[in-house]
Amino acid sequence: MQTTFPTTLPQRIATTAAKLEIRNIVKVFNSSKQPKLAVDHVSLELAPNEFSCIVGPSGCGKSTLLSIAAGLIKATSGQILVDGIPVPGPGADRGMVFQHYTLFPWLSVANNVAFGLKLKKMPKAEQKAQVAHYLEIVGLSGSANAYPKELSGGMKQRVAIARALANEPEVLLMDEPFGALDSQTKEQLQSFFHDLWEKTHITVLMITHDVEEAIFLSQRVYVMDRSGKMRETVDIGLPQRRELDMKLTPEFLAYKKAIIHMLR
Amino acid sequence: MLSDGDLMVDIIASSARVMAGFIFAAIVGIPVGIAMGTFYSMDSLLGGFVRTARYMPIAAFVPLIIIWAGIDEASKVLIIFFGIVFYNATMIADAVKFIPNETLNVAYTLGATRRDVLARVILPATLPNILDTLRVNIAGAWNFLVLSELIAAQNGLGFTIVRSQRYLQTDKAMFCILIICVIGLLTDFAFKLVFQLCLPWAESKVS
Ligand SMILES: Nc1ncnc2c1ncn2[C@@H]1O[C@H](COP(=O)(O)OP(=O)(O)OP(=O)(O)O)[C@@H](O)[C@H]1O
Ligand SMILES: [Mg+2]
Repeated sequence: MQTTFPTTLPQRIATTAAKLEIRNIVKVFNSSKQPKLAVDHVSLELAPNEFSCIVGPSGCGKSTLLSIAAGLIKATSGQILVDGIPVPGPGADRGMVFQHYTLFPWLSVANNVAFGLKLKKMPKAEQKAQVAHYLEIVGLSGSANAYPKELSGGMKQRVAIARALANEPEVLLMDEPFGALDSQTKEQLQSFFHDLWEKTHITVLMITHDVEEAIFLSQRVYVMDRSGKMRETVDIGLPQRRELDMKLTPEFLAYKKAIIHMLR
Repeated sequence: MLSDGDLMVDIIASSARVMAGFIFAAIVGIPVGIAMGTFYSMDSLLGGFVRTARYMPIAAFVPLIIIWAGIDEASKVLIIFFGIVFYNATMIADAVKFIPNETLNVAYTLGATRRDVLARVILPATLPNILDTLRVNIAGAWNFLVLSELIAAQNGLGFTIVRSQRYLQTDKAMFCILIICVIGLLTDFAFKLVFQLCLPWAESKVS
């Protein structure tokens, strides 16, 4: 006799390992005169604690793909799954950091970090401890009471990262988070973020147009091409612990060369 | 001339009319503006009318308003109200639309519902623009006051200006105009102060 299983069960078994799964996503924009295929059947799986980057030429659909993963844009077809369960819209399980500063200017640094915790109705004392903890992690305990307009670009971005982390999302999505910073601040933040990831082992999917940054931070780099397709997946076999100097080693440069060739 | 009891009556009468028209125009204009800026449906419903109504010459409507609302205080308050309410709504709607998409999106990824976004992001984000809008439009309110008092009034600064002109008392007319300017400057300063005290995180776009 045929028994009907509860529908979630087989689905869960089929996709146990992935924290975030992007399954066969297609996105067509119809707003302009002719339809624009921005993302063409892209699939990828992010294992728990994995840090992956997506690189690709400008306009290839990276931001669109990430916004779909965050639930901010509806895909034309395909699914986004967190822990094997399809997610229909945006939610606190997928935190996001944008390229441009998105701090709420009317809230102090501490209240910016507490924004998601307030929405969760976390008890006040717990909120305070959590905010203090994450400000400590990003090295901004001293600026807790400052308003965003008093911070430098790099500091703002660290607060934005703290705000996303304090919410303890299952996955952190980042769209060129260091793209607006000067090269020195950028390197500082890369190294800071690598240390942070080593400490917290949060699952991260990040977009960047900086190939070095992608190799330095990731275990895996996805390369997209102009047509919105996923072209190549590069596993980065560098040691877990990374220093900025590593960017000059032959192994690192070999990865860089390979990826730059794929982008041509 | 300040000792003149009539002048005090004029000042109080005119200020009360301006305040009443201004407050009603704020009570109606702010929510309508926020709704138009936030909800696409509200913009399609009201946007066309509200934006067009700004070009409506209020002076031409004064006779009609008097027919509908009489020559009492109500008609004067209505003239001021209609003179500025559409500006309030459109300026605030535009301010809401000016909020970067990413600011709203980041709130959603922190677990906000649409309601949270309205109350915790859109409202505070537009507060400086709301204050700026009110500050600009209260000057307009004084213009419409004079217009409303030209037609049918027994007192008020605008009324006194017109009557002085009739008796060629130019000094008295000038003095009343000066009083309006001083009141205008004082309210402007008060708005600036409220802005600085209540919104230390923001920068006013009106100097
Ligand atoms: N809302 C939209 N309506 C129509 N077309 C869009 C829209 N958003 C993006 N596109 C188009 O989709 C394509 C992909 O855009 P997307 O922003 O995802 O690129 P990207 O890879 O992030 O580029 P960049 O590296 O410059 O940020 C582009 O050709 C863009 O013009
Ligand atoms: Mg982009």
